[in-house]
Amino acid sequence: MNVIIDNIDLFWDGLLGTLMICAYAAVGSLVLGVVLGIFRVSPVPPLRWIGQAWVTVFRNCPLTVVLFFCAFGLPELGVDFPDFYLWVGILGLVLYTSAFVCEAVRSGINAVQPGQAEAARAIGLTFTQSLGLIILPQALRTVVPPLGSVLIAMVKNSALVGAFGVGGELFATVDTLTSARGLPLIPVLVGVAIGYLIITLPAGALLGLLERKVAIAR
Amino acid sequence: MIHMTGVNKHFGPLHVLRDVELTVPTGQVVVVIGPSGSGKSTLCRTINRLESIDSGRIEVDGKPLPAEGRELARLRADVGMVFQSFNLFAHKTILENVTLGPVKVRGMKADEARKLGMELLERVGIANQADKHPAQLSGGQQQRAAIARALAMKPKVMLFDEPTSALDPEMITEVLDVMISLAKDGMTMLVVTHEMGFARRAADRVVFMADGQVVEDATPESFFQNPESDRAKDFLSKILAH
Repeated sequence: MNVIIDNIDLFWDGLLGTLMICAYAAVGSLVLGVVLGIFRVSPVPPLRWIGQAWVTVFRNCPLTVVLFFCAFGLPELGVDFPDFYLWVGILGLVLYTSAFVCEAVRSGINAVQPGQAEAARAIGLTFTQSLGLIILPQALRTVVPPLGSVLIAMVKNSALVGAFGVGGELFATVDTLTSARGLPLIPVLVGVAIGYLIITLPAGALLGLLERKVAIAR
Repeated sequence: MIHMTGVNKHFGPLHVLRDVELTVPTGQVVVVIGPSGSGKSTLCRTINRLESIDSGRIEVDGKPLPAEGRELARLRADVGMVFQSFNLFAHKTILENVTLGPVKVRGMKADEARKLGMELLERVGIANQADKHPAQLSGGQQQRAAIARALAMKPKVMLFDEPTSALDPEMITEVLDVMISLAKDGMTMLVVTHEMGFARRAADRVVFMADGQVVEDATPESFFQNPESDRAKDFLSKILAH
């Protein structure tokens, strides 16, 4: 217990780091995933192929491999910028998570009754309008629970970004405290586990609230 | 107003519309009846291109149906449609259902649209339900809201695809009453229905379809009293037996 209390500032910084990484990655993968989900139900075949290919690649590759490609593949291509490993870590999370978001969104779109789209078209809404005003608002309401699971999985997956040597992230605290300061592993791991729970438990509760708030009677 | 010539449509191996010829002049109410599977719903849905056709020609207001795109959206805005299963937008209130089209398609101002919407809801007798969501209304109320939604676009013609088939018997009258009052106001209407009473009272013409073909096209009196074809006689004997 002392190990945690004595190093609380380090755990706290790690928690904030993880929160920051997850916030960027969540926004990125939600936006990208919704766009890909629309691609997958689009009447334009090339867009459907892009969506399909994206999901096939990123849903079926281990996150570790995706992160390796981002962290060591991009420099080969001459890509470099400040805080490189932090941002490619976020990029890897976005690429990987967006595939799952895409599939959740697609299932939500398919769950909207076809009559809704027909009625939208029948009053003269364009394809984009009926998607934006009628289909997506209903689809997104039904996908709150699966999207919540995807995002919570993403928070836990973000530990891999820390394992890649991105400092100031919750999981990286393990390495800092055990290797550099020689503290025992188990208490440190307990502290890190508590840190992740501090993020994921309220996130789950928030999602439950959101689900009730946006629910529509059918 | 509506002019169909040589219209053919297949669903896979099924030939659902066979050389259909049909004209609905402005101001007329045409009722389409026929056994299920005769293609009457499909016929109705081809007119605003919710179903595409394989061959033939459909003109609405003197213009051929455009291909998918903005042009088609504009045409649909002028053609009101009422569905068997209402298809009200589930996440919007009744009033929002009615005002969405005028605001988003016609570019009407919100308060103006609200005024129009309330007038129309008043007209179909559900103004007191304006702020509820569709699922909170009875089937008959939902269908009347759907009619108000279509009317809000100030359509040149209204298509009704079995508007009372999903309703409990006691709710059918309230929807038919609205439709009869529309017909009396001179709205051009194409109505696919099983309601023979409506056909007798409000129709200028009855079109009888069987196996994807228009078999008879006559006034209600002559159709119900002296059907010419055996198919029509057979159909009428079955539905008028009770």
